[in-house]
Amino acid sequence: MTNSGDVVRVYVPLDAAARAVGADETAQAIGEEAARRGIQIEVIRNGSRGMLWLEPLIEVELSDTRVAYGPVSAQNVPSLFEAGFTTSTPKRHDLALGVTEQIAYLKRQARLTFARVGVTDPRSLDDYLEHEGYRGLAAAMSMAPADIVARVTESGLRGRGGAAFPAGIKWKTVLGAPGTQKYVVCNADEGDSGTFSDRMLMEGDPFVLIEGMTIAGLATGATHGFIYLRWEYPEAKLALQSAIDAAYARRYLGDDILGSGKRFDLEVRMGAGAYICGEETSLLESLEGKRGQVRFKPPLPALEGLFGKPTVINNVITFASVPIILDRGAQYYQNLGFGRSRGTLPMQLAGNIRNGGLVEIAFGMTLRELLYEFGGGSLSGRPIRAVQVGGPLGAYLPESQFDTPLDYEAFAAIKAMLGHGGIVAFDDTVDMAAQARYAMEFCAIESCGKCTPCRIGSTRGVEVIDRWVAGEDAAKQQTILRDLCETMTYGSLCALGGLTPYPVLSAMNHFAEDFVRPVRA
Amino acid sequence: MPRRVIPLKVERPSSLSAEQQSAVLAACTNLKNTPGALLPILHAVQQALKFVPKDAVPLIARELNLSIAEVHGVVTFYHYFLQERPGRHVVHLCRAEACQAVGAVQLEAHAKSSLGVDFHGTTADGAITLEPVYCLGNCALGPSVMIDERLQGRVSPQRFDALMAKARERS
Repeated sequence: MTNSGDVVRVYVPLDAAARAVGADETAQAIGEEAARRGIQIEVIRNGSRGMLWLEPLIEVELSDTRVAYGPVSAQNVPSLFEAGFTTSTPKRHDLALGVTEQIAYLKRQARLTFARVGVTDPRSLDDYLEHEGYRGLAAAMSMAPADIVARVTESGLRGRGGAAFPAGIKWKTVLGAPGTQKYVVCNADEGDSGTFSDRMLMEGDPFVLIEGMTIAGLATGATHGFIYLRWEYPEAKLALQSAIDAAYARRYLGDDILGSGKRFDLEVRMGAGAYICGEETSLLESLEGKRGQVRFKPPLPALEGLFGKPTVINNVITFASVPIILDRGAQYYQNLGFGRSRGTLPMQLAGNIRNGGLVEIAFGMTLRELLYEFGGGSLSGRPIRAVQVGGPLGAYLPESQFDTPLDYEAFAAIKAMLGHGGIVAFDDTVDMAAQARYAMEFCAIESCGKCTPCRIGSTRGVEVIDRWVAGEDAAKQQTILRDLCETMTYGSLCALGGLTPYPVLSAMNHFAEDFVRPVRA
Repeated sequence: MPRRVIPLKVERPSSLSAEQQSAVLAACTNLKNTPGALLPILHAVQQALKFVPKDAVPLIARELNLSIAEVHGVVTFYHYFLQERPGRHVVHLCRAEACQAVGAVQLEAHAKSSLGVDFHGTTADGAITLEPVYCLGNCALGPSVMIDERLQGRVSPQRFDALMAKARERS
């Protein structure tokens, strides 16, 4: 887009994380200060660029390049105007970050799925179209369903929710399943601590998710889609709803998509605070209006899913990766990556980290590079002692494992998992026995209760760790805990009970000293 | 001998006010024909009344042709649905790992002692209900809390107190 006349565009994120540190107040102050000085500006509320430690990060568009300032609080706004930040020759300002695209954190990334996040206005379908939006759907429209599925399979795209199952194979099963009614369900119940990529994408570029789900509908013959969104993301709900309304109004959704006679309807359904509903069968139960209890598999959701019908169920990032694969071809995506992990993975740096945020990179970079070159070390300035990768069910890694490359198989080899790409750093004040206890406690709170190892085992786990740390026959408690972890691993119905031993055992194996003495006096 | 009739079902008088009853019925009428209607209905009830009163359960069950046990089972399964009337503001405090790494455990202790309540409790002045939550998706800028569904990041104990004071001013 080019500027019309003298109106300068100023971008202030509407992203929940940016708002949580004052972006609304900043936007308001900018508007008021500009009016007071009689300067013509247009404030656009974009998504976040993902450099969250710099939020609120504002940008000014000057002769088609965007220049960033951050973190800008409402109090900083008058001084920015003093420095003439909306003019073509601004004076130096302490918060100036230079041309946004040239900031090292952003420049080193391979933004595919997040290409538009932070760039466009998430409420504007026109902006989406101007930034290569809906080109994937256009390509899909001219293809046979089996060819769309084949292209997704060839790209090597694996589910980004955590389990990393090849997306194309799932789609193929649904395409081949008999039935007149099929569904597409998006798992937007991003419950893993340390992850926020789904939220950022839905708030910053909701159309790409809608486009990806529409393509999934065309590919499998499904005519109705649901986005199951967690209640903790109210801003994402607003963004999705406004994008869905815009898509309906312009016939990108509905009973006659772009005049093709093909149908795809889409709606958002809200979750209600249950971690287990991120498990796909439990999510389907919840969508049906029931307790979110895990189903036995088989039957696979691809054959008997929502309301007993064949259902494609994928994570937000998985669907959002589809349009670019259809637009640029399977090979383009396949060329990025490492081993059997193809394409890019949006990693999220969180917890005790100086430069927290979203880093979309091709697979293969090491954890250490991510923590120090992107993350800049810990926020507290103390050494990073443990890193939990892959959410509350992911292993805690000690420093000796920081050179593991980010790749599904490499992580599996050290009994860890990449999961949904969340990385939570802890400094050396962490008490790993307390973290192991929390993992068991979390499992007890969030267990759906269907299988015994998870329902009872998690509570027993908390008790055993308490006795161990209290020094009651420590050797015996350790044996019991290992035995309990084995029972949970092999006896649980789903990943909640089955993977809770990951953080527990990794804490025991790599940080044994924390279980035998009080870490803090 | 005269026949004694023992009623099979004793209708318990409902504690719902007329407004509450009509809000529940409105939610049911509007949504009961959508597939998987129960969660959307419970959301609508909580949005209108701030909680899902116990006596709303038999009403919803009747409207949806479900058993009371089924509806009760769903209401109690999900942490978000409150079964008691909350205070004027609901504060969700994140307990998850990313926030723990930057002081959530200390913030939790501070919140409980400064408000004088445990989780699920409401302050004596009826202003604030404190609830735990497991991740608000603000993991790079923790510790996080959500006040009436508005997210706040980098919440130190001091900032927490200021936010609570502000919330109390609003009501």
